[in-house]
Amino acid sequence: MRKIAIYGKGGIGKSTTTQNIVAGLAEMGQKVMVVGCDPKADSTRLLLGGLNQHTVLDTLREEGEDIELDDLRKIGFRGILCVESGGPEPGVGCAGRGIITSINMLEQLGAYTESEDLDYVFYDVLGDVVCGGFAMPMREGKAQEIYIVLSGEMMAMYAANNICKGIVRFAESGGVRLAGMICNSRMVDNEVEMTEAFAKKLGTTMIHFVPRDKMVQRAEINKKTVIEFDPDHNQANEYRTLAEKMQENKSRVIPTPIEIEELESLLVEYGIV
Amino acid sequence: MLLRHTPLKIQDRKALSVNPAKTCQPIGAMYAALGIHGCLPHSHGSQGCCAYHRSTLTRHYKEPIMSGTSSFTEGASVFGGQANLLQAINNIFTIYEPDLIAVHTTCLSETIGDDVLQITRKARDDGKIPEGKHVIHASTPSYVGSHVTGFANMTKAMVNYFAESTGKKKNQINLIPGYVEPPDMEEIRRLAELMNLSTVMFPDTSGVLNGPQTGRYRMFPPGGVTIPELISTGDSMGTIAMGEYASGDAARVLDTKCKVPCKILDLPIGLQATDRYIDALRKQAGTEVPAQINFERGQLLDIITDMQAWFYGKKVALAGDPDQMIALSEFLVAIDMWPVYVVTGTPGKIFEKRINEITKNSPYPVKVKAGGDLFLLHQWIKNESVDLLIANTYGKYMARDSDIPFIRYGFPILDRIGHSYFPSVGYRGGMRLLEKILDAILDRKDRDSPEESFELVM
Repeated sequence: MRKIAIYGKGGIGKSTTTQNIVAGLAEMGQKVMVVGCDPKADSTRLLLGGLNQHTVLDTLREEGEDIELDDLRKIGFRGILCVESGGPEPGVGCAGRGIITSINMLEQLGAYTESEDLDYVFYDVLGDVVCGGFAMPMREGKAQEIYIVLSGEMMAMYAANNICKGIVRFAESGGVRLAGMICNSRMVDNEVEMTEAFAKKLGTTMIHFVPRDKMVQRAEINKKTVIEFDPDHNQANEYRTLAEKMQENKSRVIPTPIEIEELESLLVEYGIV
Repeated sequence: MLLRHTPLKIQDRKALSVNPAKTCQPIGAMYAALGIHGCLPHSHGSQGCCAYHRSTLTRHYKEPIMSGTSSFTEGASVFGGQANLLQAINNIFTIYEPDLIAVHTTCLSETIGDDVLQITRKARDDGKIPEGKHVIHASTPSYVGSHVTGFANMTKAMVNYFAESTGKKKNQINLIPGYVEPPDMEEIRRLAELMNLSTVMFPDTSGVLNGPQTGRYRMFPPGGVTIPELISTGDSMGTIAMGEYASGDAARVLDTKCKVPCKILDLPIGLQATDRYIDALRKQAGTEVPAQINFERGQLLDIITDMQAWFYGKKVALAGDPDQMIALSEFLVAIDMWPVYVVTGTPGKIFEKRINEITKNSPYPVKVKAGGDLFLLHQWIKNESVDLLIANTYGKYMARDSDIPFIRYGFPILDRIGHSYFPSVGYRGGMRLLEKILDAILDRKDRDSPEESFELVM
């Protein structure tokens, strides 16, 4: 079983990309579980055709600790297992602790045991790594591979760099490694070159460049991944290619985060045409 | 000898504390809250916090300490403790009927960012706080300060929530006694009353934590400052606050909020500090110091002169709370003893400055540390011993290991009684301290004297 966590700046398209990748993997016959690590609980919406209204933490709150695995998992597109951590209302409680709690609970309930026969587990993690809770998927025994979704925009790259700092911390003591970058295009000048150069500086590669296409939004409105909504569309093929690349990707590195000055000079070098 | 492995070599430590000379904020907040009449303290956090704070106070006072807890579970720490606190407020007012609930936070509820003020307002809006009843709160994360900080924060909360200025002054003064024992509070008030001053003292744990055995349990004993009294503090002529660390904030907030001028003194421990307290009372009262107080002062002075030979030149190691250590050090210097090692667990820069000032004429090099621990104090003692150790109960391990006379003083005292009933403030308190010091020193001398110099009269 490969355990993969997807990180990246908020709003960069982590959840959309993750779900489309997972749909691609499922088409290839892989058995996948997606664990949404975001209090908004919108990481599996496209796979389930709507929001999962019953998150791990909702279940914990309502039913106490006497929970069964099937209370938490919903079956989505092509048998993909969908779990949402959920979390507190905005402004109260501790979302980070929520993620720790729900991942621990999944482990206790045996969601990762061999009998489940999973090929992949994906953790889709909210925004930046702001506290220990959001780093939970990186900890020992959880995800072994991290993919960072980014674009050629300054703040997305800045966030990616920061996430790499988090990976370094956990990589030194555990097995987590950076597997690569996924560029979700924002139509920035020289985007491919810039993100490739940036990935190189971090000691990794950009494994795929996902072009921008209105079809993604259209599918989203219909609560579907592109692969499900319009299987023959070019964008669906882009995601299939990405899924294949991930399937093949063997790169696992401890990243080398760069100084902010270096990042800014990179932007000047590539960004001003 | 539990501490025989304490190494002589002192290394600079930043991250590690060994045998801390402090405990956590909520203990102080809980103790202060018990000084309000009809108050049930409430710990907003997990049950373990509350159990520890209650049991430490119970062991120190040998009285059952009552407190509610929000009983956080995993769920509460994720979703916030609002639901738990609302339910608790409802249950407490329904079942135990206190006049008020004093909520203090814990590390957990602080870290997840629970907004207790907002929750108590919601409790009020939802009708969970009966008419005429109150809920106050203080923020008391244990990773900041110490139990003294928690006491100061809860005392400040009393001012923030209750003190009101009606514009018409009342002929009374406020006394903020600091983090002292119930009989100390009683003594501080007695001295003010001897001056014919009408007083409001807050918090006031006398009669709450040192009450008599009557055969009947009362959840809310007769003592403690009342809510109308707390409200009236805003109209008082002035405030005398004792102990910068424990009382300074409350006194200043009262000054800012209600324009009640404050004087912040050291705790009235020993001769000079009590003199300054009496002088402050005298100025407030505009009268002469009554004969009774002069009499007591004279008695203290008499003991000092009679027994001067035994005090003279003795070296003392001290550990305890900052306000106590400052005043006690001054007293020791006044009787020709020399505090050579002084440690408090409570952080704060003024402490080291004050102790250095007080001991500046010392013939010995003086070591002082704020935010220090008992391990460091023991290392100092092992390097060069002292004639007397004054510390809370935890000091007994050092005293045993280094075989030095030991006086239990401060918080907590878990293995002796006395602190609940006899003051250590005022001139009488000074006499009690001298009695303890002499007992310890002379018992040791008796023990160690060879037969030819084993004296009947000392």
